[in-house]
Amino acid sequence: MATLVILIVFALFLTAIWTGGYDKQLLNRFRSHWLWDWITTVDHKKIGILYLIGGAFFFIIGGIEALLIRIQLLVPNNDFMVGDTFNELLSMHGTTMIFFVAMPLLFALMNVAVPLQIGARDVAFPFLNSLGFWLFLAGGILMNLSWIFGNAPDAGWTNYVPIASNEFSPGTGIDYYVLGLQISGIGTTMGGINFLVTIINMRAPGMSLLRMPMFTWTSFVASSLILFGFPPLTAGLFLVMFERLFGANFFDVAMGGNPVIWQHLFWIFGHPEVYIVILPAFGVMSDVISNFSKKRLFGYTSMVFATILIGFLGFMVWAHHMFTVGMGPVANSIFAVATMAIAVPTGIKVFNWLFTMWGGKIRFTTAMLWAVGFIPTFVMGGVTGVMLASPPADYQYHDSYFVVAHFHYVLIGGTVFGIFAGLYYWWPKMFGHKLGETLGKWHFGLFFIGFHLTFFIQHFIGLYGMPRRHFTYQPEDGLTTLNQISTVGAFFMAAGTIVWLINIIKSARSAIPAGNDPWDGRTLEWAISSPAPEYNFAQLPQVRSLDAFWFEKMEGNKKMIPAEPLGPIHMPSSTHWPFIMTIGFFISGLGFVFRSLEVGVLGLILVFLTMFIRSFEQDHGYHIELDEIEKTEKGANA
Amino acid sequence: MSAQVEHKGTQAHLPPHPEKATMESRNKVLGFWFLIGAETVLFACLFGTYLALKDSTMGGPSTEELYQIPMVALATFILLTSSLTSVLGVLGIHRNNIKQVKLWFWVTVVLGAAFLGLEIYEFFEYVHEGHTFTSSAFGSAFYTLVGTHGSHVLFGITWIFCLLIQLSRRGLNMETAPKLYVASLYWHFVDVVWVFIFTVVYLMGKVG
Repeated sequence: MATLVILIVFALFLTAIWTGGYDKQLLNRFRSHWLWDWITTVDHKKIGILYLIGGAFFFIIGGIEALLIRIQLLVPNNDFMVGDTFNELLSMHGTTMIFFVAMPLLFALMNVAVPLQIGARDVAFPFLNSLGFWLFLAGGILMNLSWIFGNAPDAGWTNYVPIASNEFSPGTGIDYYVLGLQISGIGTTMGGINFLVTIINMRAPGMSLLRMPMFTWTSFVASSLILFGFPPLTAGLFLVMFERLFGANFFDVAMGGNPVIWQHLFWIFGHPEVYIVILPAFGVMSDVISNFSKKRLFGYTSMVFATILIGFLGFMVWAHHMFTVGMGPVANSIFAVATMAIAVPTGIKVFNWLFTMWGGKIRFTTAMLWAVGFIPTFVMGGVTGVMLASPPADYQYHDSYFVVAHFHYVLIGGTVFGIFAGLYYWWPKMFGHKLGETLGKWHFGLFFIGFHLTFFIQHFIGLYGMPRRHFTYQPEDGLTTLNQISTVGAFFMAAGTIVWLINIIKSARSAIPAGNDPWDGRTLEWAISSPAPEYNFAQLPQVRSLDAFWFEKMEGNKKMIPAEPLGPIHMPSSTHWPFIMTIGFFISGLGFVFRSLEVGVLGLILVFLTMFIRSFEQDHGYHIELDEIEKTEKGANA
Repeated sequence: MSAQVEHKGTQAHLPPHPEKATMESRNKVLGFWFLIGAETVLFACLFGTYLALKDSTMGGPSTEELYQIPMVALATFILLTSSLTSVLGVLGIHRNNIKQVKLWFWVTVVLGAAFLGLEIYEFFEYVHEGHTFTSSAFGSAFYTLVGTHGSHVLFGITWIFCLLIQLSRRGLNMETAPKLYVASLYWHFVDVVWVFIFTVVYLMGKVG
């Protein structure tokens, strides 16, 4: 606690020095600073970029944790990072990568692309959008503060009780996990609701549901999974928090509790979560493959159907994570069959991608390389998934490196490849210039080879009997060479990521304007200037077909046909309240972590106070006038 | 949209269904329905936890010994009536009758507070009989489920109270009307959850 106070006072001093003390102009200085603009923004494109920066930051942290894990496993009986430290590393690596990397990076793509793809001027709830981002960041920072203050979460990303109870994990470690995820989870739920309402209510004229681009469709289904998938996590985290902080007895067998409740709640959330992070990646792949094959997506309707079916089945299979708990043969069989059934819609998708490419005019841009690399990689992850779905076999695979290999194949081979494809694809729309193609191919090559080097071998490490989450192995186990290959692969992936960062800096320095439509695109986002103006569409477009922009191009039109006359555009005003509210949540979280109820309640009071102020605030936004729009549009076309 | 913004404060231009009149209010209502969906799942999880742990009394009083149906029935009656009064308030919005809106939402707040008072009294009695949050797994699950509902009631009456202040200050307009509509949706949801708590926790607790 003392460390915390010292750090806060130190930060205040620094702020005072930087800003020249507390004078009257302080607030004005804040307001005119470029950072203020980003803190208060409600523009979905800017929030998308913020998500990208946040996600990339945690990607690097989670990546460093992964490298430390792999260094520890380089030689048998290594003493580099052992015991509790290793447990903390693997717990933080998993939690960070799922909640603070995969989710925000997908939210980045969704924020940038979804409103543009449906021809909307903004999302339904710009305020909530901003709040969602800040809550994600606050949760991520809160959890990672545990590295600074010591005692990080050490019960795995699944946080199973009783390992996560006070008895077996004393101190503040698990509290960081519980409160960090609770705070960012609230933000994620808001994001989900926001996208659902945006997609249902705010589509451009003519944009019927079956004319929506695949990425919008998958984001829609993923958002509904967030809506119904996150509350069980919220409930479960509350139970753990009450048990650790207030002496409740949900999981303590001696007091009549039952630890399996946590497993159920966690996996009722956890399995839909897997589809939350994979479905938007499927959408990116569909758009990218269709775009760079110069073909309409093969089997569009079946693709939509498959997405919805995967979303539905995603809620029916959670207990396949618990085959070895002892639920009995009937329950195990039902969940096994349901799990295997998911392979059918997923198979539909894979064949649709292949048939989209078949006979297409394929351009191997970096985005397309990620997409093409994704198909076989993801299929491998899917096949091991079906293997794991068989309970008798699962008794062998359970908690071995085979499982680790499986979920890295779907999460990296699926989600991360999808995110990279989407970033290379939409980068021009976000920043006005492309990411370099040459360095991009190096990035892909290093990462792709590194990925398979790291994880293909882990299937065998698992089958030879190495359990996951163990910090060492013996020389006579015969696992040394295999582990060393895996570690070398991890460094290849790190090298690929460094090339990506260099690529970002290099292409931002040269910033060659990419033009409105650098990829000869098919969907609405390519019909407006790059980067998109803050109002997105000067006139809402009239959508006449699937692949709306491509349809107009084929009709000989250079632009979309407007659905409304040019007029002043209503915009929401920037607001600092989401940021202040987040500070309240953060203080509250920190208070509960340090078992100081006063501080925890104080933070919550700040939260409710800002809600109160926000409710009484009258702000009707502002209008962008006609001449300003005309000027912007001319500048973009020149 | 801008035309309606300029007429705020006056009541003459309120459309018959303000909650469906603008994109903003339609978004608000739909978004709120989704929130209710999420909350339903949250409560379902707490119900599941309760059902799994309700017999783990660890020597404390069992559900049959503990629950006093007459008092809980009275609380149920009060809460269900408050749902009706909030409907009458929404009818007032549709008739553009601010007096009716104010009256019935005030009654809703008062009834909500009465329910909360009864619940707090009930909890005091239980603690007196040795049924506390930490005494057993049953206790933890009971107070978490019913307490979460109670905190929703508290949030609801505070929220409607704030909206009533806004109503007196600014009148019934395109900003306050959808807010009240959404608050009454929330209130119905809190009521429905209570109907399930009354059935699953109290009535089923009595028959064993």
